[in-house]
Amino acid sequence: MGDMEMNTDLLVIGGGPGGYGAAFRAADLGFDVVMVDQLPRPGGGCLHRGCIPSKTFLHLAELILDARGAKRMGLGFAEPHLDLSAMRAWKERVIDKVADGLETLAKRRGILLVQGQARFDSSNSVRLEGAEYSRIRFKQGIIATGSRPLEIPGVPLMPGGRIMDSAAALMLPDIPQSLLVVGGGYVGLELGSVYGAFGSRVTLVEREDRLLTQVDADLVQPMQHRLSKLMTDILVGVELTEMQENDEGVDVRFTLAGKSERRRFDRVLVAIGRIPNSDDLGLEHTGISLDTRGYIKIDDRQRTTDHHLFAVGDVAGGVMLAHKATREGRVAAEVIAGQKSGFDARAIPAVVYTDPQISWCGLTEREAKAGDIPYVVQKFPWKYSGRAQTMGMTDGFTKLLTEPQSGRILGVGICGRNAEGLISEAALAIEMGATAEDLALTVHPHPTLSETEAEAAEIFQGSPTHMLPASK
Amino acid sequence: MTSSFRLPDLGEGVHEAEILALSVSPGQSVREGDIIMEIETDKAAVEIPSPFSGTVSELLVKVGDMAVVGDVLITFTTKESATTDNSAAVPDTAAVDTGRNQRPVPASPSTRRLARELGVDLHEVTPSGSGGIVTKEDVESHAAKKTDSEPATSEPEPGPPQEPAGMQPATGRTGLPDFAKWGEIERLPFRSIRRATANQMTSSWTQIPHVHCQDNVDITRLEAFRQKHKTEIEAAGGRLTMTLFAMKAVTTALKNYPYFNASLDLQAQEIVLKHFFNIGIAVDTDHGLLVPVIRDVDRKSIKELAVEVDGAITRARAGTHSREEMQGGTFTITNAGALGGSQFSAIINHPEVAILGLGQGRMQPAVITDERGRDEIVPRLIMPILLCFDHRVVDGADAIRFLRLVIDALEDPDELLITMI
Repeated sequence: MGDMEMNTDLLVIGGGPGGYGAAFRAADLGFDVVMVDQLPRPGGGCLHRGCIPSKTFLHLAELILDARGAKRMGLGFAEPHLDLSAMRAWKERVIDKVADGLETLAKRRGILLVQGQARFDSSNSVRLEGAEYSRIRFKQGIIATGSRPLEIPGVPLMPGGRIMDSAAALMLPDIPQSLLVVGGGYVGLELGSVYGAFGSRVTLVEREDRLLTQVDADLVQPMQHRLSKLMTDILVGVELTEMQENDEGVDVRFTLAGKSERRRFDRVLVAIGRIPNSDDLGLEHTGISLDTRGYIKIDDRQRTTDHHLFAVGDVAGGVMLAHKATREGRVAAEVIAGQKSGFDARAIPAVVYTDPQISWCGLTEREAKAGDIPYVVQKFPWKYSGRAQTMGMTDGFTKLLTEPQSGRILGVGICGRNAEGLISEAALAIEMGATAEDLALTVHPHPTLSETEAEAAEIFQGSPTHMLPASK
Repeated sequence: MTSSFRLPDLGEGVHEAEILALSVSPGQSVREGDIIMEIETDKAAVEIPSPFSGTVSELLVKVGDMAVVGDVLITFTTKESATTDNSAAVPDTAAVDTGRNQRPVPASPSTRRLARELGVDLHEVTPSGSGGIVTKEDVESHAAKKTDSEPATSEPEPGPPQEPAGMQPATGRTGLPDFAKWGEIERLPFRSIRRATANQMTSSWTQIPHVHCQDNVDITRLEAFRQKHKTEIEAAGGRLTMTLFAMKAVTTALKNYPYFNASLDLQAQEIVLKHFFNIGIAVDTDHGLLVPVIRDVDRKSIKELAVEVDGAITRARAGTHSREEMQGGTFTITNAGALGGSQFSAIINHPEVAILGLGQGRMQPAVITDERGRDEIVPRLIMPILLCFDHRVVDGADAIRFLRLVIDALEDPDELLITMI
């Protein structure tokens, strides 16, 4: 700690996927880069509090559910034994491995990693708190400070308390007998699934009248059906009125269909959304402007209203996804290097890692209807897929949204096993401007789930192989 | 509390400026309207008054920096409670897909990147792929067509200044050898007037098919005339130079051949004839080439012009000229004679159609035929003259006629006076 000042070409604030995406690209383009993050190691919320730790546990949850499901195929396992401390250690090892990799990549590129909280004191400098340097001056800056879980007003989250946010839930403090998940978005569904598979009685409540409100309802339906067996209760249209933590548990009062109910839970997970980390950055000392919800305003080149400052990832608004942040970071670095780069992705795939998974990209039916965009749907149910049958996963489907005349693929939605892996072909098809014909004429290996995408495209052609055409 | 002073929009086509001088320092209090800095844009220095009253908190630029419109240059602490800035004048950046309500054009990500790099709007490209897909080749051929047919007056892009092809550094390394291997080198910034000149010359040379006509003018009589009237013009505060006579002679020629007083508008597919005669004079200054424009030359006497030209040249050399003074020309004259130059060539001052060059008048043997038909070799003062023209707008025959008219006027002061009437 001291009064040391540092100068750099490019300062990146935030070490998550947006920040390191930008820093790595900028370093490769010849810039002198400093990356500041509050956490001791790079990776940001994604690596330390989100994507990676949740997928570590979701993998274990999937093993449990698959082992259970194998019984009807004639393969029986004993009930799983959960060694929580070993599971936590496993998760930490995964995080460490990835952080090691990021650190090596940063060091080999000559990027200086600084731990501390950065706040602007001018448009070209930040003050650092808790760091070995007190101030960094820079020519250009990229803000990639991400977002944090939104709290329920009046419900404080105490460290170690029974009311948790997603980061606290991923610490896996215990397996509560009963868990209330507040929020039917992907975080609530994923972590609710983890705790459900690990043995908690999970009640999930959502204020809106359905789960995953941004996803087409038909994609949600098979997932919700399966999840209703894993969870005790999935309640929608719920208004929370009171939440009180005490020694025995958390007393929750809510109204459902006009009736007030009171229940006690051992723990509560609050997953009602995220808010941008733009409020404690000293942005008032810059020319940056925020929108009404606190996101930094940017143009299609990631430039803020203060033109040598850029913003990427969650803090810059749009969908809050790591891969979108990384691309934005790379765009910002390229623009800073004078390239005519821009963010113009047409398909940002999204994945919900429930069992079954849901993934989608490009246009959704909701958006098409709202935007009055003409489209037709081709839906291939997985019960016609041999591979889905072998896995006993036949309740999913693959659907394409195509332009009526040309058959141009506008959007794809998948519900089913490994939807995460299947969506990338769809993203490539949309980005390339491919048509259903292109997809249908691409030979897909048999038997795989990827065939369902080609079969859906064949429906557009009027002649799918593994189901009857509509005319027969 | 804090106000940011941003580089304001400086007018059409000006995206950036060099900071020439800063007249304030941190801690200094300023009143609205006080001059806070001097900047140079497009070959002219401009003093910038403060839009705020308050205390300077930080200077974010230093002398010599290049700033882009919208950049924060100075921050102030002001008494007003709200955080303000002068950014209202800064245009918002357009989206990649112009026209948000237009449907996206099917094209692969790499094709879209290429379009962005070449400044091509995908909606304007004729697709060759199946079902209207735009390919890389489509974008390339569209861009080639565009540069063929479009003058540099294309819509200015917000942000980085648009420079003609050939002025843009290749991304990445320069492609130049490491000169330091062979001896000591110095690298100087390529900025300000030098860069503006380079921009202007590149767009002129790459867009205009230039043709030169060279000739000689016998200015023996004109020089005698000039010597005779020199002192009276000096008394009036001007300088009677050969350029002045050339300005008058050219104006007469322009009236006779209006296509030389024109600009080509390729976008509109029209030739713009200008019914005013504003002549630019190329001036060599310590900081580079400047072309002040003398307006309405046809309506001014030689004496008036002498005073005005002298004033414009003095201001250009002192760097006190305004941006407006450098704009609006319809034809340019460059006189290499004063520096001792004889034969040379010239580049048209785009988007004008022609430029006249004068060399140094030198005593030379000339063959004169007297009234009895006898040839005689006599010493005469001969000045090289050249006309360079845009062959898209005018043809060689008219150029020769144009130049002949100028030569005739310059060879015979009486003729010059008569044509001026």
